[in-house]
Amino acid sequence: MRAPVELVSHVFRNPESIRGFSMADWDKLVRQGRHANLLARLHALLIQARLDTAIPAVARWHFEAATTLAETHQGEMRRELRRLRASLVGLDFPLVLLKGAAYVAADLPASKGRLIEDIDLLVPAERLGEVESALRHADWQRVGLPEYDRRYYRRWRYDAPQMTHLRRAMVINLHHAIVPDCARYRPDASKLRRRATEIPGFAGLTLLSGEDRILHAATLLFHDDGLSHGLRDLSDLDLLLRQAASETDFWPRLLARAEEMELERPLFYALRYARHFFATPVPDEVRDHLRSAEPGRATLKLMDGIYTRMLAPAHRSCMDAFTPPARAATYLRTHWLRRPPRQLVPHLVYKAFISPYQREPNPA
Amino acid sequence: MKLLQLPPGELRRQLADQGIWLGTGPFSLRVRSRIDSVAEGLGELYGQFEVRNPHETFADFHVSVDPQTTLREGLRPKANFSFDGIKPFEPLPLDQAYPLLERGLDWCVSEHAHQYLMIRAAVVEKNDQAVILPALPDSGKSTLVAALVLSGWRLLSDELTLIDRKSGWIHPLPRPIRLKNESIPLIRAFHGDAFFSGVSRSSADDSIAYMRPPKESVRRQHEPAKPRWIIFPKWVSDGELEVLPRSKQETYQSLTQHAFNYSQLGTEGFRVCSALIKQTDSYDFQYSRLEEAVAIFDRLAVSSVPTKLGN
Repeated sequence: MRAPVELVSHVFRNPESIRGFSMADWDKLVRQGRHANLLARLHALLIQARLDTAIPAVARWHFEAATTLAETHQGEMRRELRRLRASLVGLDFPLVLLKGAAYVAADLPASKGRLIEDIDLLVPAERLGEVESALRHADWQRVGLPEYDRRYYRRWRYDAPQMTHLRRAMVINLHHAIVPDCARYRPDASKLRRRATEIPGFAGLTLLSGEDRILHAATLLFHDDGLSHGLRDLSDLDLLLRQAASETDFWPRLLARAEEMELERPLFYALRYARHFFATPVPDEVRDHLRSAEPGRATLKLMDGIYTRMLAPAHRSCMDAFTPPARAATYLRTHWLRRPPRQLVPHLVYKAFISPYQREPNPA
Repeated sequence: MKLLQLPPGELRRQLADQGIWLGTGPFSLRVRSRIDSVAEGLGELYGQFEVRNPHETFADFHVSVDPQTTLREGLRPKANFSFDGIKPFEPLPLDQAYPLLERGLDWCVSEHAHQYLMIRAAVVEKNDQAVILPALPDSGKSTLVAALVLSGWRLLSDELTLIDRKSGWIHPLPRPIRLKNESIPLIRAFHGDAFFSGVSRSSADDSIAYMRPPKESVRRQHEPAKPRWIIFPKWVSDGELEVLPRSKQETYQSLTQHAFNYSQLGTEGFRVCSALIKQTDSYDFQYSRLEEAVAIFDRLAVSSVPTKLGN
């Protein structure tokens, strides 16, 4: 069996190597990069390394077009966030922006070449209703869902269903927790909110602290059942880590916070795979410290087998015979982490055998 | 080498196997298909286009149209278009495989090629001046375009006007012209030499045939053209020929509606669109007879004072 060749993270680790690329390599890089949603970020990396002139003329437009899209996206996102704040001005508590939208608003390196699909907001559970009705007044509406999914969201999910804008193609996800309430790792969202700080230029919108951003991204990544943007999300983590690592005492603070939040295991995995794919610099002491959070050797081997496949771009050229079982395993594992078997089994049965045959609902 | 130099059997074999590399305008494709009608369609319509051995090459779009059998559809296979594993459309009956490929190629370009402002419009050129013809449903745009390119105009595109964001010039993508129903016999009668692919039926029960792009247009497919006019054609069954100037503001509005990626380009879209409006004159154009319409366009091409048009 031919070993799959994954070029996207290869270029992130060794940008200079593109000088030796054949046309077939460029062909593969563009296709994998597009599937991983990382073309614009690759472009930013190559520009920064002054290597963009080494992109052959026939391939260049793919990178430039991706950058154009990312820039427009981000401009629109900033405008949307200003409007959002204006429509929520009546609320007397700050809203925590999460993930892509937060990176863009705060202009973090992790926003480089980033396409942002949604606005993710962390809201205290008891204030969800308030925020939702304020959003409704500003022309946001709930996405219609089948009755089963509606009940599922209400009971088990850590976010409310999506809200979309009536005229603009924008989506807001309201979260009241980081992971489901019944999950095995259950970080206290109020602790995260308490350390969030206001984003300059976006009064009323806040950003998680450096450590919390990383722990949040790590936890999400290893609770994501589809990992449709796995490598992109891991690349976000890489950029967050590289930025934070320049601050004094960052690593001890990160470790202390991980311990406090009981998120050492997700952090362990995040650092392991960030190093694997992006050669993220992690000090030896940090790795030594996290050894206590390591799973058993057999489990780790299995996890490596699964996540090195699942985090690679979802392109044919990156897949091998073990990719489909890895995908199934990820789905099961993440659901396992989210809820006890008594709830899990009926849910999976419903999703596998009943919902595919039900008709789509009308939007609410 | 040109596609017509591949013997039909060889074309079919390569398409089914590793695929062929095909150059169309500024884009390169790698096309794979195990469906005979796709090989036939490509053989009939793309003879003048360049093909290469796909090994060690770069292709912008890796596409395939293949039979797919789903349980829900029973055992009758359908044709499914895939862009490198992404399947943007519902599968269609197998006899629509070729139209599905053409639609898929339009999709690939309009979803990705943001180095251009892309307008859903035909575009033809004569004397170094291009006419953009935005498509309204049932406007008879493709029929008019077919008549024009059979009368000496150069085909730049039947469906996608690609405006280079830097230069403001239009890049050709002279792929086959899609004609519907009565337009097919009409164009056959208009010009005996027009070559058509086999007729297929669409899901809406229209007859669809593709007209092969003129050889000269394909030969010049890398020569951009300067936009000069924007004309909104409308065919009426029995009416006066009419040419009415259209205000810049109205034209701007229509263009943004016809553009595929106006919003994706942000302020850049506004800039390119404004520059385009500034250097063009636009008209609403109503016609009944193709010969008369072509005569008007020919006068347009030689006139340097477009306001006298129609007098």
